[in-house]
Amino acid sequence: MFKQFISGVEGMDQYLIFSMIVFLVFFAGVLIYVVRMTKEEIDILSNIPLNDKETDSHE
Amino acid sequence: MTHIEKFSYDNKIVRDFGIATVIWGIVGMLIGLLAAIQLYEPAANLGNPYTTFGRIRPLHTNAVIFAFVGNAIFMGIYYSLQRLCKARMFSDLLSKLHFWGWQLIIVAAAITLPLGMTSSHEYAELEWPIDIAITLIWVIFGWNMFGTILRRREKHLYVAIWFYIATFVTVAVLHLVNSFQLPISLFKSYYWYSGVQDALVQWWYGHNAVAFFLTTPFLGLMYYYLPKAANRPVYSYKLSILHFWTLIFIYIWAGPHHLLYSSLPNWAQSLGTAFSIMLIAPSWGGMINGLLTLRGAWDRVREDAILKFFVVAVTAYGMATLEGPLLSLKNVNAIAHFTDWIVAHVHVGALGWNGLMTFAMLYWLAPKIYNTKLYSMKLANTHFWLATLGIAFYAIPMYWSGWQQGQMWKDFGPDGYLVYPEFIKTTMSILPMHVMRSIGGTIYLTGVFVMAYNLYKTVKSGRLVANEAAEAAPLLNNENHGKEYWHRIIERKPTLMLVLSLIVIMIGGAVEMVPTFLIKSNVPTIAAVKPYTPLELEGRDLYIKEGCVGCHSQTVRPFRSETERYGEYSKAGEFVYDHPFLWGSKRTGPDLAREGTAKLFKQDSWHYYHLVKPSEMTQGSIMPPYPWLTTNTLNTSQTVSKIKAMRTLGVPYPKDYEKQALSDLKKQAEKIAANLKKEGVRNKDKSEVSPDVEVIALIAYLQRLGTDISKSETTNP
Ligand code: HEC
Repeated sequence: MFKQFISGVEGMDQYLIFSMIVFLVFFAGVLIYVVRMTKEEIDILSNIPLNDKETDSHE
Repeated sequence: MTHIEKFSYDNKIVRDFGIATVIWGIVGMLIGLLAAIQLYEPAANLGNPYTTFGRIRPLHTNAVIFAFVGNAIFMGIYYSLQRLCKARMFSDLLSKLHFWGWQLIIVAAAITLPLGMTSSHEYAELEWPIDIAITLIWVIFGWNMFGTILRRREKHLYVAIWFYIATFVTVAVLHLVNSFQLPISLFKSYYWYSGVQDALVQWWYGHNAVAFFLTTPFLGLMYYYLPKAANRPVYSYKLSILHFWTLIFIYIWAGPHHLLYSSLPNWAQSLGTAFSIMLIAPSWGGMINGLLTLRGAWDRVREDAILKFFVVAVTAYGMATLEGPLLSLKNVNAIAHFTDWIVAHVHVGALGWNGLMTFAMLYWLAPKIYNTKLYSMKLANTHFWLATLGIAFYAIPMYWSGWQQGQMWKDFGPDGYLVYPEFIKTTMSILPMHVMRSIGGTIYLTGVFVMAYNLYKTVKSGRLVANEAAEAAPLLNNENHGKEYWHRIIERKPTLMLVLSLIVIMIGGAVEMVPTFLIKSNVPTIAAVKPYTPLELEGRDLYIKEGCVGCHSQTVRPFRSETERYGEYSKAGEFVYDHPFLWGSKRTGPDLAREGTAKLFKQDSWHYYHLVKPSEMTQGSIMPPYPWLTTNTLNTSQTVSKIKAMRTLGVPYPKDYEKQALSDLKKQAEKIAANLKKEGVRNKDKSEVSPDVEVIALIAYLQRLGTDISKSETTNP
């Protein structure tokens, strides 16, 4: 399957390689970002929508 | 502790956008239904220019995307942003300007599109003055949103807001880049780019309009409303961050998957495919995150229609985002592209993801802002089943039809000839599926009416809490910033967020576009390709005005099944003078790129009769009749400025050619009129066809199509 995006790229493969490297570097960055978040932070953040002190839920 | 500030949330603006959502949703879907019926019953074109398929198809797409989904986005954002920021919207005046400005733009679209004022770029059909209005209103929206974020009383930016910010930035960039047009008059312009470059820009836009208008804002909304409705936090916040950044990074690259096997340079097509496959990961990350948020709440899903809507919406998102990458594989694309398969694909997204999410939000919001209870959960459940059934009855026939017609186009007999050389046979075979699709659409629309009634009753039973009282402590700026990690800073700094999103989305766009624009060898020139004559140029503009591009492609792919049927496959160099490109994306009718060549040649009289009443020349044709083309006088008042504009854009008309353009136009028109006379064509009242009616120009254009390249070989490789 991979072949079909490489074939026909003739000489232009630098674009593909360049873009993949850019993505991997970016992805690694985001991954580090996420891994370094602490449990408390996550709890605070993920509860923001539920903390707006209204009569909640619609049942 | 600090003191607590009292303020209020603006619910009225939420209500206004909500009403607009329901009304435009009904309008947009009704127009879609009309267009769907026209595809098996041409009489439903209603016999006038304004309601023919070519003109109302863009009206349907614009109404549904920008009016229905657009208003739903604003409704959802205006409610959630205020709560997530613990602040009222920055300015009530900006909110009002945004609301009324947006509705005015929609009305302008609803007037200009049926009049045939279109730029022809899909999902960007509106002409330049409206483009400018969109820019202004978008700025107002962004200003209002940023003002609110900057004045927030909540330290952190919840992930939903990230999605809103990315939506704002990216839509702004997309809209600006795809709107480079040279105005000729108030409602006519030519795109700055031509041919392959225009195609690349358009599909970079088109694809990312889906990504950043139909997807990212709705993901942001999902991350707010789903936890709210389920009353539990999102399953994994970490996953939502990963989801956000990878999604916006990858999406922007995938546009070229709309141009596979076209004359776009291969490396750009390959990039599009590669990144499309990668898109599965973040998309499914988002879907799983949404569905797992409901873990432990499945018992409630059984009773609560709102949660049901969410579940099916998010599932539809997952289906559509798995199918999209599969459709980007070249071998799948070869079958599916130009067929009803793609129509099925987009409707799983539109009806399933956007539609059901919108309904869920409406059902959840209406009782909230009217301080009451939903009038009938039973009716909401009925709506849920109608919607789900409607989607199935829509999508399944379309998949079937797409597959069947795609196979028939490619079917070779044992003798090595096409089994269905007459295109119409493939059309006739799918008409039953088109009938079923319109039934599916009707079921879905019925559900919307049920919802409208239910919401109306709900609203009547309560009273709008226009200003909902709230209180929160203000944000203090003097906290210890010293030992913070960089990622915490991102979470707090909306402007940084905006800049980062901008950079992320610019990378993909730049890598794809800059080489295509700068490297000349990407578009090999063909010496035989010459600019259109003035009459052909006017004919081409009629082709754009009538929306022929909605049913006819103009690009032959390099397959034997296509070269057998249509002739030589299309080369990039053939389109260098095409402002805009007209490759199209759907073959409801046959490809017309080679219509004028010997292989497909038809006499002028054939085209004349065919345009007046297609079914007379091709039995069973579902192409709309265009009788008005034979009575409308061709408007040549702008021909001179069109030639000049084309020259400005780089089309090599000789110096001062515009002085001669009108007499050339007349000569060519007289020749065609003489041909028609020779071939025995007469008007209804038996008079001769005048050389200055519109149909003459359109025939000139059709007869020109593809003829350049049949004269000589490609020069430069
Ligand atoms: C609703 C979709 C639709 C629209 C809109 C439409 N067509 Fe067609 N067209 C068809 C179908 C289907 C056929 C095949 C049956 C036939 O020959 O009529 C066709 C056939 C044709 C053919 C014959 C092609 C061939 O080689 O057999 C020409 C030429 C043509 N259309 C031109 C136009 C022009 C010009 C317009 C705009 C003014 C237009 N069409 C708008 C659906 C459409």
